[in-house]
Amino acid sequence: MINSLFLINHSGDIFLEKHWKSVISRSVCDYFFEAKEKAIEPENVPPVLQTPHHYLISIYRDKIFFLSAIQTEVPPLFVIEFLHRVGDTFLDYFGECSETVIKDNVVIVYELLEEMLDNGFPLATESNVLKEMIKPPNILRSVVNTLTGGSHVGDTLPTGQLSNVPWRRAGVKYTNNEAYFDVIEEIDAILDKSGTTVFAEIQGVIEACVRLTGMPDLTLSFMNPRLLDDVSFHPCVRFKRWESERVLSFIPPDGNFTLMTYQVSSQNLVAIPVYVKQNISFLEAGSCGRLDITIGPKQTMGKTVEGLMVTVHMPKAVLSVNLTATQGTHTYDLATKTLVWDIGKLNPQKLPNLRGSLSMQTGVPKPEENPSLNIDLKIQQLAISGLKVSRLDMYGEKYKPFKGVKYLTKAGKFQVRT
Amino acid sequence: MSTSSAFNDEKGGSSSVGEPEYGHDPASGGIFSSDYKRHDDLKEMLDSNKDSLKLEAMKRIVAMIARGKNASDLFPAVVKNVACKNIEVKKLVYVYLVRYAEEQQDLALLSISTFQRGLKDPNQLIRASALRVLSSIRVTIIVPIMMLAIKEAASDMSPYVRKTAAHAIPKLYSLDPEQKDQLIEVIEKLLADKTTLVAGSVVMAFEEVCPERIDLIHKNYRKLCNLLIDVEEWGQVVIINMLTRYARTQFLNPNINESLLEEGGGGEKTFYASDEDEDEDEEKEKKAEAVTMAKRKPYVMDPDHRLLLRNTKPLLQSRNAAVVMAVAQLYFHLAPKAEIGVIAKALVRLLRSHSEVQYVVLQNVATMTIKRRGMFEPYLKSFYIRSTDPTQIKILKLEVLTNLANETNISTILREFQTYIKSMDKDFVAATIQAIGRCATNIGEVRDTCLNGLVQLLSNRDELVVAESVVVIKKLLQMQPEKHSDIIKHMAKLTDNIQVPMARASILWLIGEYCEHVPKIAPDVLRKMAKSFTNEEDIVKLQIINLAAKLYLTNSKQTKLLTQYVLNLAKYDQNYDIRDRARFIRQLIVPTEKSGALSKYAKKLFLALKPAPVLESPFKDRDHFQLGSLSHLLNAKAGGYQELPDWPEAAPDPSVRNVEVFALLERVTTLTSVPEWTKCSSREKRKEKKVEKPFYSDSEGESGPTESADSESDSGSGSESGSGSEDSRSGSESDESKEASESEEEEEEEEEDLKKKKKKKNEEKQLKKPVQESESEQSSEEEVRKPERKSKQNKSESESESDEDEESESESSESESEDSEDSEAELKKKKKVAPPKPAFKAAKKENKKEKKEMSLLDLDDFEPAPSPQVTPVNTFLSNSLVTDLEGLSLSDAALMPATIAPSSALKSYELLHRITGEGLSVEYCFSRQPFSPDANMVAVQMHFTNNSTSDTKSLHMEDVKLQSGMRVKEFPEIELLPAGETATAVMGIDFCDSTQAANFQLCTHTRKFFVSIQPPVGELMRPFFMTENEFKKEQGQLMGMNEITEKLTLDVKCRNEHTIVQKVTTAANLSRVPCGSDKECRFAGRTVTSSSLVLVTVATKDEGAAQLTVNCEKMVIGTMLVKDILLALTQ
Repeated sequence: MINSLFLINHSGDIFLEKHWKSVISRSVCDYFFEAKEKAIEPENVPPVLQTPHHYLISIYRDKIFFLSAIQTEVPPLFVIEFLHRVGDTFLDYFGECSETVIKDNVVIVYELLEEMLDNGFPLATESNVLKEMIKPPNILRSVVNTLTGGSHVGDTLPTGQLSNVPWRRAGVKYTNNEAYFDVIEEIDAILDKSGTTVFAEIQGVIEACVRLTGMPDLTLSFMNPRLLDDVSFHPCVRFKRWESERVLSFIPPDGNFTLMTYQVSSQNLVAIPVYVKQNISFLEAGSCGRLDITIGPKQTMGKTVEGLMVTVHMPKAVLSVNLTATQGTHTYDLATKTLVWDIGKLNPQKLPNLRGSLSMQTGVPKPEENPSLNIDLKIQQLAISGLKVSRLDMYGEKYKPFKGVKYLTKAGKFQVRT
Repeated sequence: MSTSSAFNDEKGGSSSVGEPEYGHDPASGGIFSSDYKRHDDLKEMLDSNKDSLKLEAMKRIVAMIARGKNASDLFPAVVKNVACKNIEVKKLVYVYLVRYAEEQQDLALLSISTFQRGLKDPNQLIRASALRVLSSIRVTIIVPIMMLAIKEAASDMSPYVRKTAAHAIPKLYSLDPEQKDQLIEVIEKLLADKTTLVAGSVVMAFEEVCPERIDLIHKNYRKLCNLLIDVEEWGQVVIINMLTRYARTQFLNPNINESLLEEGGGGEKTFYASDEDEDEDEEKEKKAEAVTMAKRKPYVMDPDHRLLLRNTKPLLQSRNAAVVMAVAQLYFHLAPKAEIGVIAKALVRLLRSHSEVQYVVLQNVATMTIKRRGMFEPYLKSFYIRSTDPTQIKILKLEVLTNLANETNISTILREFQTYIKSMDKDFVAATIQAIGRCATNIGEVRDTCLNGLVQLLSNRDELVVAESVVVIKKLLQMQPEKHSDIIKHMAKLTDNIQVPMARASILWLIGEYCEHVPKIAPDVLRKMAKSFTNEEDIVKLQIINLAAKLYLTNSKQTKLLTQYVLNLAKYDQNYDIRDRARFIRQLIVPTEKSGALSKYAKKLFLALKPAPVLESPFKDRDHFQLGSLSHLLNAKAGGYQELPDWPEAAPDPSVRNVEVFALLERVTTLTSVPEWTKCSSREKRKEKKVEKPFYSDSEGESGPTESADSESDSGSGSESGSGSEDSRSGSESDESKEASESEEEEEEEEEDLKKKKKKKNEEKQLKKPVQESESEQSSEEEVRKPERKSKQNKSESESESDEDEESESESSESESEDSEDSEAELKKKKKVAPPKPAFKAAKKENKKEKKEMSLLDLDDFEPAPSPQVTPVNTFLSNSLVTDLEGLSLSDAALMPATIAPSSALKSYELLHRITGEGLSVEYCFSRQPFSPDANMVAVQMHFTNNSTSDTKSLHMEDVKLQSGMRVKEFPEIELLPAGETATAVMGIDFCDSTQAANFQLCTHTRKFFVSIQPPVGELMRPFFMTENEFKKEQGQLMGMNEITEKLTLDVKCRNEHTIVQKVTTAANLSRVPCGSDKECRFAGRTVTSSSLVLVTVATKDEGAAQLTVNCEKMVIGTMLVKDILLALTQ
């Protein structure tokens, strides 16, 4: 399957390579660089490339290209999904997934890759299993290790791989037993010029942080499970129970994990928390334009909208902006032609407004299209779909865990066309 | 390429100079400047006694490897540390070894012994890691060692080690493809494994080594289906993809009726639309036949097909996009049309994922939308495009939207397109215009709207947009030019402004083609173009020539001179295409003396009505590649791609999958047992439910007894088979079936009874197995249970014992004499006592042997009820049932061992002559009984005669030498054979459907004799019962290469039917097939190992002339069989 992996940074340096079968020369990446040149934007590099002897499947995340070389037929998603899993593992281990952090921990990274694939076929990808084999670095341990010559490799090999609950390690112990669940919903929407909703849906995810001793068996139930339309689960969730009773029953992995993702059924009308009044125009003469944006609350269920931010990708012809905001700060990045207006908390009494003029390159025809606005926002303690967790029960262990549920609504791909 | 190599050089260069630090450790800082010194230092560190120094050195070396630096010169220093005690050093050394062993083969051999030691380690994880590294070292010399290690690991106790073995198989295969046969053997073995841990890995090995051996899957099919949900994600993907291919070869097309309707209905899609129609007529006919067949017989889905669909469906909810995609493609390729819809939602969900995932999913959705548009229509809005999407995603979404467009939603889609046209991303705009064009061609109602919209775009400021519009408009106009002369006029004006060659060429072509609609403008355009001719692009020049020619033909008065001028210019053009074209056209249109004939037709040639172009999706017909595959994505066959076969016209025998049902049940129960948390885990219960009621009914309350029963079967599997192994009749397989039947019965049985039951079942096995086999023909697990129970009742009836009696009886297997008044029970007792103690020391030895042999038949004799009981249930008798009946009649006849088999017909062969054997003579014959420990083996009955004056002791076999694939089940040792006595023993040989000899040594306490058993081809099969119709159908499929026909003249003596039948059945172990005509005798059988059909027909004619036809998939067997039967018939 996966023959080799190359990690390539933004500027095109290969800073790590790993081969699971015979070595493939890194010159194979040249085909990739060619495509990268052509694509201009890194997001536009085709994920799958064909070269005379190999197939290159790559992902781009955190400014790193994960490029895998493959020799035979394999489902492309298989590779893509795996590469993302590698990225997730780095994130899990080092807190971030950047070039520096990978370079600093190159030995651990190498050992991880060695464990994750065998002959190009995924072997251990569960974070719990990996962490038992290769301990993640932390400051205390690295100090101790340098003093004693100790190691980050576990002495005992993990049992997780052998058990029937491969995602949970054995012998977990905590003094404080706690289980937290974050219900996070994102609104994906496209609003047109007049403010009518072209398309809107709610995507939700339940992130869990479970630190419980032993082998707890949890059951999470909802007040209104009917809201959930399409779901996908962590492998630990018993699908049968969900089908028959609409409860989530599972033996959780240890630590942080994504319990489920869901989509709220499309029949329900999606509440759009804010409205946007905007007027962007480019004048034919005088090579300038006007911009006027006002944001106000719409359906917020009585909560405050926070972290409000507007991002506008301006046409290439816009040279600079001369704007004033009644609230928050705005910046204009000349290189990427991106206008960012960071508003913060939305005050319903005094609506934030940004207005001013745009100066344009002279001699260039005025842009066809007005740029669309991408909106970011957060609403604490609210799941916009109305989903509510009713209770969490634990079986299999005697102690009483501390339980908590948090709700958060965010804007996902929230776009206003102008 | 030059830039890239420079890039590499530069990298290499910088590495030797710079390379500041290794990792974050201060100790490893860049103290040493030159490579040479640094490596020296590393060597020193590696040679030191301190683990910490070694570790440091290894860390730096691994960092070098990671950066792609060459560290191969350190090999000798590193390899020494392979046996290091420190686990981390060891790990890093492994990393190094795997990387460089290939380059330093000789030195790498130094490390092998360490791994070999590791393979024997009591810790499973060390065994596994040793195997992993050993198999990763790509050194050809150690292939035999690897092979041995893999074989050993494949039968390791630990599933984890077995998993590693499965991983090692493709490694070895890529190193030495010669080992394929042996590896297939290992794969076959591992496929039978019942743990989820192994399943994914072994299927992966299967796909890489022998994907063509689909027959290996049969017996594991149901197990794989049922295990699927518990296999790890990556394994799921591989298994699902493989099962898709499998299902395509084994089941019927569930949409066969639908495609029939489509064809018959003759709507838009008529002849060429559906992919069912192949271009070859022959095939079409066949298809039609199949279709008509289907018409007659309503389609019924094979339960196994249903099982697959049902068990994969929950995986649509997986978090892993690859799994979801795998299920989606499975449904797309295998499910009935009505059920495919379920995958749409899951696929749309994936669109939320990373952009790479979106890219792949959209490609597949695009293909799906062409075939099944309705499926995605409700999700139309999910494919709306955001300005932030990467261009490649936008274009794919556009493709999907276009495919989804129909009369009802076209207005929304067009409105959406309108916003896209204003996008800043020009590639995307161009794609949008094309999409509009396609919508316009596909949907007649909106053609005018689209056209008007596109014409408006002609005044767009962006040239690319205009150019693209022109091209699309041209295509649209071609459909109905007469209505749109004003558009053509408008476009003619554009020639002044548009510079994009493709657009100019399009306009010129359009004007030329429809010059009659614009008679005034056309010559003017030509005039302008003639002026700028020399500065135009080639493609524009060609169109100018075209335009000139067309105008000359229609309006020669005005354009004669212009045409001449253009042609003259073209004559001296640099491009030879243009020169050629000019010359050709001049000859064609300007009438001269030479070219009279052709120029008459010039008008016809140039102004012929051109068919309108079809704007097609690039994704059309891509679905002949398996969706979700790399090949599909690239629209080109990738290396190692396995074609998705077409549906078969008639389903192959579904019974091939039967055997494993029972094994599966066993494994399921096994799983339930182990850990304590299972009690509340409904994940486990789910499986259980499947066992009991395939349709998801809940049965949590009943899990209690199962668990305990399982824990026993799990831990005690060894001990059980231990007790069984003494018994020559019980093999592993029968163990499974036995346990399976237990789990079936568990509802009724009390937990404590299970153990006793087991014992009892040991005896019943003989009887039950054939019954089960025939039953399982019915496939549905639930149904299987019923007759099973029935047979049980039946048996108890015939014994006239109540259930409790049975139990108590079996409970006291030793003190059984309670029941001994009953003569039957007495027999039973003997049977019971005999098998476990074959080594009874007595002169009665021979006698006992007889009994033991007899017990095979006794059981049949004992409880004859089940077979007739089952017969009506099944539509046809299974082969084993037939042999059963055979056995019955025989055992009724006599109790002498010699008559066990139809001895009159059986031929004895000499294994060991009296003289060479120093008084011991051995003969063998093929008893034609099913060999119960292993159904794939041929039973060989051996007669030992001690002609000497002294006793022969401990008669056994040793040192079996076999061709690959063959297996032998040895006969139990005969401890004593007194002088003058005879003894009989049965051994089983799996000849692998070949006539290769099995060589082994026959040992006595004093001597060893080399002997060999070679089977006549006729013994490699077992009878198979089928009806005349089935016979004809099967025969029809085994034509061509698989059919061998021979003419012969029958001996005077054997011209009647009876003798023919006798001769043929003597020559080959076949069963007669009933036949309406008395001129024909038909026989059928299946080969023992691969269950390939063997069909024999003897058609007699006048004067003893006859024709012998053998149809067999295995051509070698067919040819040999023809010879043998020919010989038998003509002698």
